[in-house]
Parts: sequence; C-alpha cells; structure tokens
Amino acid sequence: MALQSLDIKQRSATTTPTPQARQTVEIAKLIDVSSCIGCKACTVACMEWNDIREEVGTCSGVYDNPVNLSENAWTTMRFSEVEQNGKLEWLIRKDGCMHCSDPGCLKSCPAPGAIVQYANGIVDFHQENCIGCGYCVTGCPFNVPRISKTDSKAYKCTFCSDRIAVNQAPACAKACPTGAIQFGSKADMKDYAAKRIADLNERGFDKAGLYDPEGVGGTHVMYVLHHADKPSLYAGLPENPGISPLVSLWKGAAKPLATAALGLVALGSLFHYVMKGPNEVSKETEKEVEEEDKA
Amino acid sequence: MIRDPKDLQRYNASERANHWVVGMSFILLALSGLAFFHPAFYPLTQLFGGGVWARILHPFIGVLMAVSFASLFLRFKALNAMTPTDWEWVKRVKEMVDGDDHNMPEQGKYNGGQKLLFWALAVCVLLLAVSGILMWRAYFDFGVGLVRFGTVVHAAVAAFMIALILVHTYAAIWTKGTIRAMWYGTVTRAWAKQHHRAWYRQMTGK
Repeated sequence: MALQSLDIKQRSATTTPTPQARQTVEIAKLIDVSSCIGCKACTVACMEWNDIREEVGTCSGVYDNPVNLSENAWTTMRFSEVEQNGKLEWLIRKDGCMHCSDPGCLKSCPAPGAIVQYANGIVDFHQENCIGCGYCVTGCPFNVPRISKTDSKAYKCTFCSDRIAVNQAPACAKACPTGAIQFGSKADMKDYAAKRIADLNERGFDKAGLYDPEGVGGTHVMYVLHHADKPSLYAGLPENPGISPLVSLWKGAAKPLATAALGLVALGSLFHYVMKGPNEVSKETEKEVEEEDKA
Repeated sequence: MIRDPKDLQRYNASERANHWVVGMSFILLALSGLAFFHPAFYPLTQLFGGGVWARILHPFIGVLMAVSFASLFLRFKALNAMTPTDWEWVKRVKEMVDGDDHNMPEQGKYNGGQKLLFWALAVCVLLLAVSGILMWRAYFDFGVGLVRFGTVVHAAVAAFMIALILVHTYAAIWTKGTIRAMWYGTVTRAWAKQHHRAWYRQMTGK
C-alpha cells in the first residue's frame, strides 16, 4: 500500500531515514472484550473488505472458526471458557496483529521495505518485497504473521491501511454491532477505555483494565479486559510481551559487531601480508633439496 | 603436464573435487547468508536472482555443504588428531605469524593451526546444519522458542565460520606454493621440507 508514502516511521532492513515529511496522529483500535458477543461480524467484514477467503474448515469442538489465523484469515475470534470467582465466564477475544510500537516482525525482517510502520502506528506488510523467510514469525511476540502455503509471502492484519488512508474506519470496527471495536486516535481510545473500565469496576470487575503492553512500546490494537491482571485467561494473551532478548541480540548488537569483526579479519589479513610479507620457501631449503638430489 | 616429476602429491583428484564442492557451496552460503544478516549486504541477493531465490536456494546449498563437508571430514579426520608437538606449535604461533618459522617444531602433513581449524570447522558445520534446519520454514515447523535460539546460533556460528575461512584462505595465499595443492594436488619438495618437514621425510624417506 503506497498510499501513505510520506509518513513512514520505520522500514524493515533500512539504515537511512524514511520519508517522514507528514506527521499524522497516532491511531488505535480498542477492542472491548467485555462487550463482544462473538458474532464474528468483524471476521466476515475483514474477509469481505480485503477480499480474502479462508477455506471452509471443520468444527474443532469449540466456537473458534477459523480455528487459527492464516494467510487468508487475518483476524479470528478465540473463545475461552474459564472459571472466575466460582462462576463460568465465556471470554471472547478478537485475535490479530496488535500493531506494536516496537514491532518484532519489522526488527527481524531482512528484506528492505517488506514491513513498514506508518507514523499513525500501523505496521503493514508489503508482500511485493517479502522474500518468505519467516523471520517476522520468529520476531513477533504475539504469534501473528502467517506464511502463505501457496505463495510463501507473509500476511497479517493491515489495520485496513487502505481505508485509514482515506479517513475510513477499519472494516472490523465498522461492522461491529455492539461497539466492542472502537476506532480513533490513540489518546481518544485511552479515554474511552478509562470510561469502560470505570463501568466494569462498578459492576464488580475490580481488576478490569487496559491492555496496552509497555514491553512492545504499547500497541495500536488495545483491549479492555475484565481481568487485566490475568491476560492469559484470554486464549493465552501474553502477560508481558516484548521482543525476545534472543531476537534483540540477533538483530541488534550482533549485526554491527559481527560485520565489524569480519571486516577486521579481512583487513588484518591484507595488512599482515603488506607488513610482514609472504611466507616463502627459503632459498636455503630449495638448495638443500637440490643437493639431496645430487647425493 | 608435470612440471617436476619429483613434486609431492598432497591431494588426489577426488579429495580436491570434494574440497572444491565444500568451498564453492561455502562461498554461496556466506554471500546469501550475509544478505539476510545485515541490510548492508542485502544487494548480494541479486547474485542469486533476488531475495526470494536467495531464500529458496540458501538451505539447499546448506545441505550440499553439510554433506560434502561430512565426506571431507571422514577423509581427513585421522590426519588431524592433535599431538603434543601440535600443541607446542600452537603455543608458538606468534613467531609463525611474525614470519619467523625457524624455531617452529617439525610438522607432519598438517600443523597444529590447520588441525584446530579442521575441528573448529567441523563443529561450525554441525551447528549450522542443525540450527539451519530449525529455521527452514519451507519444510519444518518448530516452536518459536527453538527457532529463535537456532537463529541466534546460526548467525553467530556463521559469522565465526566466515572469519575462520578468511583466515584459512589468507594462510593459503600467505604461504607461497600452497594454492597449487588445491588446484592440481602437488607441492614442491622444498615447500614440504620447509612447512611440513615430518611429512616431507615420510614422503621422501629422507
């Protein structure tokens, strides 16, 4: 999606500044899990707008369908039956890309421009530059990107960047019948979340709170959770997500250090030759061998 | 065409071919691997027909290198057992690097440095093959924790191995009369006497 080419905050495998003449407001989607009824209108709207169709699957015994994210299913509802305070609760979480401020996928990606982050916070995959290595999968703290089995490109939620570029709300937010998916500036979404949380607190969910994890610099898809102290209840939402230290090492310090070390070894060899000279067979030894022949 | 019939045969044709398969696959792997490692090297993917082709080809070339290296390893492992003399050589390697080999202990077919390099490369290839399989998403699907660990191992070991091969290549360029052993298998007797005296005596009976 090249519509927003003047407000790119970060671009994968790129070491020079990106075009950032235009500064746009940071946006966010707020998913209020407490008012989601699991109707899957968002899932349908996503497939409709993006014109992707997941193959019709089979019933896995629970309501989850599509059972998992895929190259054709960029969002899916995850249903969890949990017992809290002696009562059964049916928690429904819309899963998909969180659009991290510090995106592990972008950090890991080796292909220049295959992943970009816009100033508004959207993390978008540009499949024409994708080489299909799957490093984004390795880097993602939320297990979101999927490599297509047909074209080997990585796919995930685009935050409807094409709609956002023309001032439209994402398809999922537009379709949600209960207002569980809100869309606006990140600041407004936080305000809205505060109201929802106060309401939930009043209704006895005293641990209700906002999921906007700091470990990834905050996200542009946030959740209101009734049990914000236990995000893992919601189909394994990570408690404290962040880019894995292994990924940070690999795409952080290791890159300049290893490159410099290899450069030093190569230059060191060259200058060794120049300064010490070659290791030649001495005239003396050659003479010895000749004399052995005569003997 | 034999320049001097008294030259010593260091490698036979099949050993040389084997070494070249390992060497060529290593160069291709290093070029494509570096391209994925640091954006500065990404243009190297053009040598392989672009990023997608580099990504597709790299693991297959890796299999070729692992297999051909295994063959080389079996051929030469007995010759690379470290002896006390080798350790003595390694301890005094600074003199060698300074260009003074007069007091270096007498060496057989391989010196201590070559032998250590041999074992280091063997460990590198093993680690690269195992960690490479963990990362090969086209055919394998391992847990993300394992893949992350394998990825770091792969990158670190690969960088180390490239450094080792730079040293290996430089040593061959530095020591005049060596590279012909890789091309057509023979070295002069004087070369052997100077650099591998014990091997020289074993080959010539002198």
